Amino acid sequence: MEAIAVKGVWKYFGDYPALREIDLTLAPGSCLALIGRNGAGKTTLLRILAGFSKPAKGSILLNGHDPRSLEARRLIGVLGHGISVYDELSAIENLSLYEKLYGLPTGTANRWLERVSLDKVRTGLVREFSRGMRQRLAIARAFLHDPTVLILDEPFTSLDDRAIALLQSILREARERGASVVMSTHQLREALELASEVALLQRGKLAFSGIRTAEMVEDPAWLYNTYGE
Amino acid sequence: MANKVWTIVAKDLRSEFRSKESINAAVSFALVMLVIFNFAFDPTAEETHTLSGGLLWIIFVFAGTLVLNRSFARELPNDCLDALIAAPIPGFQLFLGKAIAGFILVLGVELISLPVFGIFYDIDLIAPFWRLFLVMALGTWALTVIGTTFSALTVNVRLREIMLPMLIYPVLMPALIAAITMSGSILDGGTFSGNNLIWLKLLSGFSVIYTALAVGLIDIVLVG
Repeated sequence: MEAIAVKGVWKYFGDYPALREIDLTLAPGSCLALIGRNGAGKTTLLRILAGFSKPAKGSILLNGHDPRSLEARRLIGVLGHGISVYDELSAIENLSLYEKLYGLPTGTANRWLERVSLDKVRTGLVREFSRGMRQRLAIARAFLHDPTVLILDEPFTSLDDRAIALLQSILREARERGASVVMSTHQLREALELASEVALLQRGKLAFSGIRTAEMVEDPAWLYNTYGE
Repeated sequence: MANKVWTIVAKDLRSEFRSKESINAAVSFALVMLVIFNFAFDPTAEETHTLSGGLLWIIFVFAGTLVLNRSFARELPNDCLDALIAAPIPGFQLFLGKAIAGFILVLGVELISLPVFGIFYDIDLIAPFWRLFLVMALGTWALTVIGTTFSALTVNVRLREIMLPMLIYPVLMPALIAAITMSGSILDGGTFSGNNLIWLKLLSGFSVIYTALAVGLIDIVLVG
């Protein structure tokens, strides 16, 4: 069974088709780099994959489940543009909230705080954290439940070097245990090094979808030059 | 189920008591309104006592809207709503958690302003307290259910502070009329018999129907 199966997906904003007839499949353990210029539809597609919005036409299955089903939501880990943690709560309160919502064993939140080196400030309020600390907490929040389908929207954008190293190591571990990753990015070189597959979106249409090749890594602009407009 | 609902309740209450964003505004608003009404209407006049139910609920509803405005708007900074929608919690549990938290906060504001109202208008609140409390609880639940639903609906609307009252008040009207009529009667020494019993049934039925509707529709409101 495919980790992700997207079939004939359309999405409209008013009359404007933000996504047009998208077909994609991703095998378990694969990593898909979703690339495209601003406004190409990357975030729209990722939001539909994460179950945040519904397609106008077409279907999406995550490990055979509808993205809005509780089964699929237990599998998905989402890291979007926002850090999705509460400023008024402490680090441990933020992670404990999701520990309870995901029904995880007690202590999972503490273990992740140690993993992201925030255990010393576990009772500190997030509003008092530095940007880097907030980013690490966001990573812990997204990976707390060991998701098997990771949906990452420009995950490396505005991360500091420590957070980038942390995210790369957690992503590597996730892939080793068979998790599938879909990530949109403008940082082509970093993304293509991680990815096993590539999809290029152009004005809502899939211009290219296939295996990542060595020439893509050597010249990240190759894909745009070959398949882009 | 109850565990996840209470997790959301605890989270919302904790966030609110730390930031005090809406509770401060609502309590201040209620107290200022009471002072203004005190000057606008002669507290000793018999007509003022007849109007007391209406005055009380004008304050409760306006102050309550300030609290309920923040119900889903609280999730906007840092895109927290996305993480909640992605979590394996059914929409109706998320809704109930937010509604219960809103109910506790609004009822808290009402209980703070009630003694001030009693002092300003020289109304005995001790004898009819439990009857009045039942009406307040039912009316507040109706307000909270509708307010929380529309708070979810308008969460991404730029002028939601203006939109929310415009959406809530017309829908709330039957419950509001029942609560105002019963409160006025109870403050005048009435009990739950005769017309009051009919109003009580209407208010209870209204709350049950709108809770069922909100619980059934919240997924569509949140995700489309």
